[in-house]
Amino acid sequence: MKDVFKKPDSFYEFFTRSAGVDKEATHYCPGCGHGNLHKLIAEAIDDLDIADRTVFVSPVGCSVFGYYYFHVGNVQSAHGRAPAVATGIKRALPHSIVISYQGDGDLAAIGANEILQAANRGESITVIFVNNAIYGMTGGQMAPTTLIDMKTTTTPYGRHAENEGYPLRISELLATLQAPVYIERCTLEDSKSIMKTRKAIRRALELQIANKGFSLIEVLSPCPTGWKLDPIDSREWITKNMLNVFPPAVYKDRADAPSRPTPPTPVYDGDEVLKIIGIKESDAAHVAKLPADFPTHKLVLAGFGGQGILLLGQLLAKSSMREGKFVSWLPSYGPEMRGGTANCHVVVSRERIGSPFVTNPTLLVAMNQPSLEKFADSVEPGGLVIYDSSFVKDVKLPAHVKAVPVPFSEIANDLGNAKVANVVAAGTIIGLTGITGADSFKSLLGSLRKELLDANLKALAAGLAEARHFGAMSNQPSVKATVS
Amino acid sequence: MRQELMKGNEAIVLGALLAGCRSYFGYPITPASEIAETAAVMFPRLGGTFLQAESEVAAINMVYGAASTGQRTMTASSSPGISLKMEGISYCAGSELPCVVVNIMRGGPGLGNIGPEQSDYFQMVKGGGHGNYRMPVLAPNGAQEMCDLTMLAFELADKYRNPVALVADGFIGQMMEPVNVPNPVRTFPDKPWAVKGTGDTRDSLISSIHLDHNELEDHIRHMYAKYAEIEKNEVRFEEYRLEDADYVTVAYGIVSRVLMSAVDQARAAGIKVGMLRPITLWPFPAPRLKQLAGHVKGILVSECSTGMMVEDVKLAVECRVPVQFYGRNGGNIPSARELYDAIVKLTNTVGS
Ligand code: SF4
Repeated sequence: MKDVFKKPDSFYEFFTRSAGVDKEATHYCPGCGHGNLHKLIAEAIDDLDIADRTVFVSPVGCSVFGYYYFHVGNVQSAHGRAPAVATGIKRALPHSIVISYQGDGDLAAIGANEILQAANRGESITVIFVNNAIYGMTGGQMAPTTLIDMKTTTTPYGRHAENEGYPLRISELLATLQAPVYIERCTLEDSKSIMKTRKAIRRALELQIANKGFSLIEVLSPCPTGWKLDPIDSREWITKNMLNVFPPAVYKDRADAPSRPTPPTPVYDGDEVLKIIGIKESDAAHVAKLPADFPTHKLVLAGFGGQGILLLGQLLAKSSMREGKFVSWLPSYGPEMRGGTANCHVVVSRERIGSPFVTNPTLLVAMNQPSLEKFADSVEPGGLVIYDSSFVKDVKLPAHVKAVPVPFSEIANDLGNAKVANVVAAGTIIGLTGITGADSFKSLLGSLRKELLDANLKALAAGLAEARHFGAMSNQPSVKATVS
Repeated sequence: MRQELMKGNEAIVLGALLAGCRSYFGYPITPASEIAETAAVMFPRLGGTFLQAESEVAAINMVYGAASTGQRTMTASSSPGISLKMEGISYCAGSELPCVVVNIMRGGPGLGNIGPEQSDYFQMVKGGGHGNYRMPVLAPNGAQEMCDLTMLAFELADKYRNPVALVADGFIGQMMEPVNVPNPVRTFPDKPWAVKGTGDTRDSLISSIHLDHNELEDHIRHMYAKYAEIEKNEVRFEEYRLEDADYVTVAYGIVSRVLMSAVDQARAAGIKVGMLRPITLWPFPAPRLKQLAGHVKGILVSECSTGMMVEDVKLAVECRVPVQFYGRNGGNIPSARELYDAIVKLTNTVGS
C-alpha cells in the first residue's frame, strides 16, 4: 500500500513556481475540489510512469496555476483555448501525453468551440473538465453549468432559463460525436466517488498512452468559496443539487477503437527537403546577354474564364524568365474572376520591374468582345492590339494603336482542340513582339497536359505563321522571334 | 541556380519549408487562402502538419502550442482574420514564443473587400493585441522577398523568442515573379526553454501570467530590453536612387513597386528624387530618415491607407522637413502617374 501522505513524484516538493512566499501550501481554498483532483492526476502520472513525457495545459481560471504543482512540462494558455493549444502540442510531440485541465467557464463558454472541434477531430489528448457550476477565480459569476435558480454575482435573482438558458451538459453533448473514445462524468462528493474518479482518470490516460484518441473526464467539484458554503456542506450540495442535473455515468467508451496512426517524422535534411519540394537546378538565364534595345513589354491579356488567359500570361513570363529577363505576372483575383472573365498583367523587361500593375499596356490581347471594349482605350500610343477575330466582331480602336485580328479560336478548332487557342495567340504574340524566343516557349509546352502536346506544338506554329503574315504586311511591329 | 516562377503566396510556403517550419495552422480567407492551400499540399510531404483550424482564434492557439515545443510553426490570414488572432499574438509575445504570422492585408474596416490594402499598419506595427509588446514586422514587395523574408522571420522569431509578422497585400500575394530558391536552413538553434515531453524539460514552463506586479514589471522590462536590441540590430530598408536626391519618397509593399516607376519617370523629367523603402516596418528605419531629413527638401509618403506609416515618418524626421502624403483606399492602388504627380506637387509646394 502506498504511503498516502507522500507527495506524488510528479508533484513538486516545494511550489517554487509560485510567486507567493509560502512554497508549501496550495493556492486553492479549503475544501476545494481542485486539490483532490490534482492528487488523483499526479498519482496516475506516477503509476503510469509518464511524468517525463506529460505536458500539462492550464488555461484561465482557478486552475491557471496548475503549473505550481505538477512537475511536468507546463503550458499556460488563454481562456478557453486549451484544446487548441493542446492540439498544437500533440501534433508537434506525438509521443507526449497531453492533459488539458479546464474549468466550466473556460471549457463550456468561451472555449466551447475549441473543445467541440478538438473532440470531433479525436485529438489524442485527455481533458479534465472541472464542473463546479460557477466562475470561481473571477469571484462567483454564472457559468454555462450554473443550475436553474442558482444565485451568482451575475444572476443575483437566480439563473432563469428564459434569460440565460439551461445548464450545459458537456459530457452528453460531446458523447454524440463519433471520434471521442472515452467520456465519463465523475464527482468528488465522497470517498467512494473519488475512487471512481481516480479510476476514470487512469483509464483516460491509458487510452491516450495507447494513442486511441480523445477522452474527457468531467468532474463535479466543490467550490465552497463560490457557493458560499463550508467544505462539508459543499459536498452535500453536490449530492443534493448537481447529481440530478449532471448524472455521473460513462457516456462514451470506445476502448476497442484502433490506435490512431503514428504521424510521419518531419524531414529536416536540406537535400531531402529540396528533393521533396521538387526544386531542381534550372537552366535559367541561358541567354547571357539581352540586346540593349530590348524594350519593356507591358501586356494586358484578357478574355473569358476558361480560355487559358492566365496560363498564357504565365507561360510568356516563364519563357522570358528562362532567358534571363525580369518578369512579373499579376492576375485579376476574387469576385472579378467569378463573372467568367479573366485578365492578367505581364511585364517583361531587361530592367528590374517597378509596378507589376499595367495601366497602359504596350500590348493588349483581347480574346473576346468585352475585353476589347474594356481595355482598348488604355493601350499606350503606338501600342499593339491583338484580338481573337473569331469572337470580336465590333472593333472600335483609338487611332494611335495598331490592330492585328487573328481567329485564334477558329484556328484552334481546325487543329482539333479549342483549348489551344491560347497557344495560337502565344505564337502570334511572340512572332510580332519578340517578347520571348519561340524555342524557349516551345520548351515549356512539354510541361503542360501531355495529351495536348501535339496540338499545342501545331498551335504555336500556326500562331507564328499568322505573325509572319502580318509582319510581312507591315514593317511595324517587326518580327523579331526566331521561328522554328 | 534554382529559379522558379511563383506566386508570392506560394513563395511564403517555400520560404517556410526551407526555414524548417513543419507545422501550419490556418483558416481560409481571401486573399490569403492560397497560402493555406499550398501549405496543405506541401507540409505533409515533408512529414509536417497542416491543419485547418475551426477558427482564426484556434489556429493561432495551435501555433502557440506547437511553438511551446520549440517547433518552427506558422499561420497566415488576412485582415479580419488577423483581428481574431490578436489575442493569441499577445499571448505568444507575453510567453515569448517564436512563431510567424502572415497578414495578406485586404480592405477594411469590417468586412471591407478583398482588394489590396495597407490599412492594418497600426494593427500590426503598433500592437493590435493587448498589453506591452512589440513584434518585428517584415514587408516584402515581391515574390523573392516573400520567400526570403519568411525565412528571415523564422530566424528572428527564434533569435529573440518573439512572434514575427510578415505583411503583404493581395497583389504581392497573387503576383508571380522569378524566385531564386535559397538554400534550406540546415542548423537550428537550441531551445532549452521549450516543453518537449522529455525528462530534461520537465521544468520548462510556458506562461504569460505574472500575478505579482513587480514580477510583471520585471518581465516587461526584460521584453523591452530585447526590443531595444531588435531596434538596434534588425532595421532593414532599401534605398532607390537616393544618392543625390533632393526629395525622398517612402512606401512599402505594392506601393513601393509603383513608386519605383514614378521615381524613374520623375528622374527622367529631371527631378532629383529617390525612394526609401522600409523592409522592416518595426523596427522602423527612423534613424536613416532622420539623417535624410537633415539635407533633403521634402518627403512624400504613399500608402494604400488613409495615412498610417506617415505618422512614423513624421516622428522620425522631427519636423525638420515637410512631409506630404498621398494615399488610396478601398482596394485601389495609386498609379505611377498619380505618384509622379504627387512628386511634382511636392517639388512645387516645398520649393527647390
Ligand atoms: S474559488 Fe472555488 S474553485 Fe477556485 S480555488 Fe476556491 S474553492 Fe476552488
